[in-house]
Amino acid sequence: MVLNPLVIFLVSLVFPGVVARTKAKIVGRKGASVFQPFFDNVRLFQKGNVYSKTTSWIFQIAPVIYFSTIFMAMLFIPLGKQPALLSFEGDFVVFAYLLAFGKFMMIAAAMDTGSGFEGMGANREAFYSLLVEPAFFIVIASMALLTNHTSFYDLFNNLHLESELSYLIAILSVYIFLWIAMVENSRLPVDDPKTHLELTMVHEVMVLDYSGFDLALIQLANGVKFAIYGALIFNFVLPMQDYFATQLVIFFIVQLIFAISVGVLESFRARNKMSKNPQWILSLSALAILGFLSVLIITGKIILMD
Amino acid sequence: MSIVFIFLLLVSLSLFFLPKRIQYPVTLLLVVSMIILSGQVAMQAFSSTKPVNISFMRLFGEEVFLVVDKISAFFVLVINLTMLTGILYAKGYLKPYLPEKSKTAMALHYFSFVWLHLSMLLVCMLRDGLSFLIVWELMSFTSFFLVIFESEKASTIKYGIQYLIQMHIGFAFLLVAFLISGIITGEPIGFESLEKYFSTQAVFPLFLLFFVGFGIKAGFIPFHTWLPHAHPAAPSHVSGIMSGVMIKMGIYGIIRVLTFIHTDLLAIGIFLLIISFISGVIGVILAIVQHDIKKLLAYHSIENIGIIGLGIGVGIIGMATENYTLAALGHAGGFLHILNHSLFKSLLFFTAGNVYRQTHTRNIEKLGGLIKKMPKTAFFFLLGAVAISGLPPFNGFISEFLIYLGMFKELHTGDLLLSLLLLGGIVGLVLIGGLAIYCFTKVFSVVFLGNPRSYHTENATEVEGSMFISKYIIGFFIVFIGLLPLWVLKPLTGVVSVFTPNVSALIDVTPSLQGITISMSIFILVIGALWLVRKWMTKTKTIETGPTWGCGYTGANPAVHQYTATSYADYVGNLAKHITGTRKHYKIIEKDEIFPAPRKLETHSTDIFEDYLVSKPSGKLLKFLDRIAVFQTGNIQHYLLYAIVFMILILVLTILNLL
Repeated sequence: MVLNPLVIFLVSLVFPGVVARTKAKIVGRKGASVFQPFFDNVRLFQKGNVYSKTTSWIFQIAPVIYFSTIFMAMLFIPLGKQPALLSFEGDFVVFAYLLAFGKFMMIAAAMDTGSGFEGMGANREAFYSLLVEPAFFIVIASMALLTNHTSFYDLFNNLHLESELSYLIAILSVYIFLWIAMVENSRLPVDDPKTHLELTMVHEVMVLDYSGFDLALIQLANGVKFAIYGALIFNFVLPMQDYFATQLVIFFIVQLIFAISVGVLESFRARNKMSKNPQWILSLSALAILGFLSVLIITGKIILMD
Repeated sequence: MSIVFIFLLLVSLSLFFLPKRIQYPVTLLLVVSMIILSGQVAMQAFSSTKPVNISFMRLFGEEVFLVVDKISAFFVLVINLTMLTGILYAKGYLKPYLPEKSKTAMALHYFSFVWLHLSMLLVCMLRDGLSFLIVWELMSFTSFFLVIFESEKASTIKYGIQYLIQMHIGFAFLLVAFLISGIITGEPIGFESLEKYFSTQAVFPLFLLFFVGFGIKAGFIPFHTWLPHAHPAAPSHVSGIMSGVMIKMGIYGIIRVLTFIHTDLLAIGIFLLIISFISGVIGVILAIVQHDIKKLLAYHSIENIGIIGLGIGVGIIGMATENYTLAALGHAGGFLHILNHSLFKSLLFFTAGNVYRQTHTRNIEKLGGLIKKMPKTAFFFLLGAVAISGLPPFNGFISEFLIYLGMFKELHTGDLLLSLLLLGGIVGLVLIGGLAIYCFTKVFSVVFLGNPRSYHTENATEVEGSMFISKYIIGFFIVFIGLLPLWVLKPLTGVVSVFTPNVSALIDVTPSLQGITISMSIFILVIGALWLVRKWMTKTKTIETGPTWGCGYTGANPAVHQYTATSYADYVGNLAKHITGTRKHYKIIEKDEIFPAPRKLETHSTDIFEDYLVSKPSGKLLKFLDRIAVFQTGNIQHYLLYAIVFMILILVLTILNLL
């Protein structure tokens, strides 16, 4: 149980590095070590801070709250047969709303700088996360509908008990979660982390004025957020294994594949036109509804033919 | 009881003869004594299994009873809490008005305040139709006088009268509904006759009449059009009370009627769910495009009425399909949200009142950077904003959590229709939550963060400490319910048991609520610890200050070079332009315009429901009346002619035997 957040945290330290390395390899560069983002953070933790004169205490407390929400979210994630530290009925609602609280504070912090660019980024972040939220809840609803359980642990552990068809749902859910993770972590095609123009950034522009300890916290939190989604995806695809050691190996492999696929997806995909983003994000919810309808068929609530 | 009533009447009337400085203490005394009296009755109702019956007075020879069951007791407690914080806040808020207002004007205000309190208490307690309608009317009138406090402004009077008219349309629906049930059952009109009516007659039509009557008070879309005007027109402590508790009287009425309905509940549940979904989502979308802070908060009340309705709606669906888990959790969430909304909405209105008092503007586009000048106000506004967005660890989250849990738990057990309805409910709550975050990040940031946008904020200072007493009380409850939800669940179980025979689901939810308590405690500890670590780590480091990053350009006017509320709202405004009616007025830059001249961009947004249901019909009516006005020539000869024509007409009709 205590191990879950620990391994997720460990993975999160190298996750951004693996993504960056993959992208470098694909374009033919050698690329930095996978530990480079980790070293960057260590360096940042030792630095002083520069604050804008416009900012208030909101700007200073936001990274702390943001990191804490993500840290808490990590405690809600089960790994296979290992229940989460915090597990109860409806825990996924707390999970989602905690992440939303962190976002609330980061948006407020970006607006606190009084910068037009950061305001624009904050606005986009608020808008995209409001659009992507239904997809997450609909996927969870499909799982609750299928398993009649309402906690992360029970949902994942009962997913494949009833019928083999549930693997179809799992595949669809993994696909949706992959894209939710991309949106939530501000990656392509919604947001391009390597863009150099403030006007086209979303997440990067929100943290323009951060430095030192605060920036390190935010980057650390971003890594953890990615690893959390990786852990969720792992739970979907996990075949029932009794040994924790095998599970752990599979966990690392899934995270690795996830990180590499993020890198690959980012290398071969261009950023959406900003005005096309809402439709694109909403299509995830549409997909999730398709999943929900399939579960209705699996559970015999929709009867197609006699 | 009638002695107490006469005492109250006399003392409140004496307000008109007292000097200004004694008026407030007397009002406070009256409000507190009403709170103690009614609070005792409510406590009694909570601890007993049967409703408490008290003889009130004789009305037209009939004995009138106060009947206090657990639902009434719950509403009494909600009313008392908000009225207390309201009157405490009123002292500071009304201070600037004291020199300019006459003694009578102040007395009228306080008098209406006391009587609004009393009438709301009585609305929750009276079951007999006639007396209920009288106090319902009293409630509308007293709140009308409270709204038009700043009666020297023409718009205040206009919106006050609009409010009064809409309340009377609602009243007419209620009267008709009560009369129908009375006539058909042959019993005296009142709630008790509904039991017989609903068990023998078609349920839905009469329920619909009641729903419209009470729904206008509650502000369900499309009956909400009075809210966004009356709330900004009223002084802030009154807006807080109206939005916090008075509109809940509409919810009370709907709930009271629902307790008598035992058949055909599914249709009613679906109806409630759909109209609440619409109210919730459209309410918050309309809130996003507002620039007047109090109007924005008023639209949020509509959204929260939607959340309450979602809870009650799924509760009723649960009752209809005999899913008692859904019924218990839905009702519990709905009821808890009534309390929660009364807390954070009054807090938000009171803090918005602080801002208005110090800056004299409600237009958020003219504000900014107030967190430095009014730090305590900013803190409490943030608390209210986070709580109303339904985020943990605050109270708004708990009520939404209960509704979510009920819906997720019953997805599997119900039939196809139920699963689809619940999915709709879940998506509704998610959308409302996301939009609320969008909206409140906007208001909080634009009002309190960044740089000042106009001269209005120049002289703003923090309001005096006594104006925060009410906010500390509300803040305590917001955090308390958020952290220790189990403590409120027990009284809530009693309230829900009036509806649902089986409340075991509320006992089953205990581990979840304990889980929330534990995780939120850890959460707060983590924040605290991390903050200390941060302090310790940066202690020896150099901390510099500088300008905000502006791509290396620091010459821009900081007030101009930041995001505005309009641009923040633009995404949602564009996405939902058919609802918000957002229009932009600007001149396109022509192709041959090499050096464009300065130009303006204006955006306007309306409320399509108001346009099509109120403004356009009343405009047409006025046009028609204008046409009739050709007869009003002001010429006495014409008027004499009309009289002669009329007499001849009568004569002819009599001769032809048509009369």
